[in-house]
Amino acid sequence: MARTLPTTEEPQTAEVAVQDAGIGPGGGLPGGWSGEPGGGGGFAGAVPQRAYITGMTMGLAAILMFFMALVSAFIVRKGLSTDWQAFALPPVLYLNTLLLLVSSVTIQMARGKLAREDMEGFRHWWFVTTALGLLFVGGQLLAWRQLVNEGVYLASNPSSSFFYVLTAAHGVHLLGGVIALVAIAFWNWKKAHITRSTATEMATIYWHFMDGLWIFLFLLLKLGQ
Amino acid sequence: MSAHANAVSHHSEAPQGFIRRYIFSTDHKVIGVQYWLLALVAATVGMILSWLFRAHLAWPNAAIPGFGGVMRPEQYLALVTMHGTIMVFFVLTVAPQSGFGNYFLPIQLGADDMAFPTLNMMSFWITFLAFLVLIAAFFTTAGAPIGGWTSYPPLSAVGQIAGPGQGTGETLWVVSIAMFCLASLLTALNFISTTIEMRAQGMSLMRMPLTVWAWFVTAVLSLLAFGVLLAAGILLLLDRLAFTSFFVPAGLVFSDTQPALAHAGGSPLLWEHLFWFFGHPEVYIAIVPAMGITSHVLSNFSRKPIFGYKAMAYSLCAIGFLSFTVWGHHMFVSGMSPYSALAFSFLTLAIGVPSAIKTFNWLGTLWGGKIRFTTAMLFAIGFVSLFVTGGLSGLFLAQPSVDLPLHDTYFVIAHFHIVMGLAAIFGIFAGTYYWFPKMFGRKMNETLGKTHFWITFVGAYLTFMPMHWLGIMGALRRYADASAAPYLQHMAPIEHFITICAFITGAGQLLFYVNFLWSLRRGEKATENPWNATTLEWSIPSPPPHGNFLEVPHVYRGPYEYSVPGFTEDFVPQHLAPEQVAKAGGD
Repeated sequence: MARTLPTTEEPQTAEVAVQDAGIGPGGGLPGGWSGEPGGGGGFAGAVPQRAYITGMTMGLAAILMFFMALVSAFIVRKGLSTDWQAFALPPVLYLNTLLLLVSSVTIQMARGKLAREDMEGFRHWWFVTTALGLLFVGGQLLAWRQLVNEGVYLASNPSSSFFYVLTAAHGVHLLGGVIALVAIAFWNWKKAHITRSTATEMATIYWHFMDGLWIFLFLLLKLGQ
Repeated sequence: MSAHANAVSHHSEAPQGFIRRYIFSTDHKVIGVQYWLLALVAATVGMILSWLFRAHLAWPNAAIPGFGGVMRPEQYLALVTMHGTIMVFFVLTVAPQSGFGNYFLPIQLGADDMAFPTLNMMSFWITFLAFLVLIAAFFTTAGAPIGGWTSYPPLSAVGQIAGPGQGTGETLWVVSIAMFCLASLLTALNFISTTIEMRAQGMSLMRMPLTVWAWFVTAVLSLLAFGVLLAAGILLLLDRLAFTSFFVPAGLVFSDTQPALAHAGGSPLLWEHLFWFFGHPEVYIAIVPAMGITSHVLSNFSRKPIFGYKAMAYSLCAIGFLSFTVWGHHMFVSGMSPYSALAFSFLTLAIGVPSAIKTFNWLGTLWGGKIRFTTAMLFAIGFVSLFVTGGLSGLFLAQPSVDLPLHDTYFVIAHFHIVMGLAAIFGIFAGTYYWFPKMFGRKMNETLGKTHFWITFVGAYLTFMPMHWLGIMGALRRYADASAAPYLQHMAPIEHFITICAFITGAGQLLFYVNFLWSLRRGEKATENPWNATTLEWSIPSPPPHGNFLEVPHVYRGPYEYSVPGFTEDFVPQHLAPEQVAKAGGD
């Protein structure tokens, strides 16, 4: 007589197994799907679009740790030293902050236009965001120029060292974002696996993050003075 | 019951031409092998460096070939610096994670590649370039850096004035490590995205092989830790090149004739905190993949499910989480508050709990199993032995009061070599012997392999166990010449013993090289599943084709269904539908 497994361990069909588990690939995450073939699992060669967003989120986690290391160094160095000398932050920084805030609004507007398939509108607001991003970077360089004119250099004082390091690190990342915006404007979507919608979503998340990060860094630098 | 005829997998076109197939390939399998080969080269270089400085330690007055007579202290320090850097970064962080992980993570998940193949290729080439930049330090006029793999300021921050190799050599070191950080971050996000988003149908989190869990946890550690090292490295570069004072205190004087430097107010302790915040997760990045491989191999060759799969998975997560909280135990002698030391000590001891759970579960897996002593299995069992030995000395060092006399002695060297240099390496060997048939379509020679194992296992213990004793007796690390200290003189025979054992063990590795190269061409041809294993990599041809899976894989059960009652075979592969698995026949 054939021996089978006890009923409680009855081998299940794929669907039952997946349902019982309550999860499929993407398991446990909100919006995780039931795992039909072709939907993403058993995807036969295609990277799901969601993977790009996950990748961007992970990238932002790494970038956040990088900046938190610099911020904690800032806090420690400021606390340890007797030589911390405050200097006046160039007022252009306020304008730059405003530009960046507005650019977050405009990038969101661009995404909305894309969602409604208003390509003219999308292109317009995407261009505006790119321009604002470039203006921001230019404005940061201007702030640097103003400080140099006042004799505040990278090595003048720990307070200035951190100012330059933090603004440079942020500026480089923002410039990377600007390059991504330009690339998205010219990308050949027919040949790409990633969709324009996913790419713009990735860029938007990144952009908002850089904006929020700047607000935080700016407040930190102000507190340092 | 649904039809189980799996859909045919549609893949992108296989690349053509030697360059696209083997050099600038986006295929995770090629990239995995490239990383593995890089680690092999790095390990060879690192091992040769160790022979050179071990020779000096045993015979301090002997002329060493290539060093223009007796080795000078700065030459010795350069050797140990580069040995440590190469081994920790380019061997232990590369082979188990980027090597095996790249190759097998997608396959074990049922994917046809990583989520971001082009990014993957870039990660490898950045790592490769980083290695070249590091090696270039040997060829500068003043030589390689002497600051240790930990590169503490002010020695590392003030440039050429601090000593030979601290000019260009040290700058190349920092640049190399910064590049390595970037590559590692990209790899980490690739691994995490792939694990979360690209599992086959039916592959729930709790059906993933423990190797996948290990690579995933390691990737999370890498993602969160390497950014901190990158930030620290940038600040260090600025101190070196731009005269900032993040790490350099005021009033440093180097000799009667050198005026004090202009730097002021920085703190070497700041570097220590930043470095070790990365540095402790880094050593877990080195060991966790080997833990995964060990679980995987032990289960396979015991013909038993891994004991306590869920506990193993959760323990990996606990170890990962706790690894971010213990960095202060590298700094007990830095003058920290005893209350901070207490906290770090407690957390360090706490990390022993999930580690012990894993150890007991490995033993539980072996217990009552039908053990098959293949070479891979021997190395996996060897891993458990070495992990316990090395871990136990860690418990001593975790007590601040005990660490005070033991810090910077050979006791510490013994501890980290046994856990990293031995246990983690055994994990790499286990993985190599286990997966070689899959990667190259041929099996490695078992006789050579077993001989390699025994020489390495015995030799490694003989080399490193005496160092505990040396350390307790007060032998200090990074000392080129102990002859000035009378109390160290009677330890000379032990130094001889260690060096000779190191040479013999090193020579024993020749067996591995020979076996590897010979088996590539002449090894016994391997079938799809030579080890009668259950996980997805054993359901595809050896070596796997472009795109890995000919049919879209479905997963029906957990990864370690060995010796399940009621089936003809003593293993039930993950990918076989229930009606495809032969049940046990009549009485």
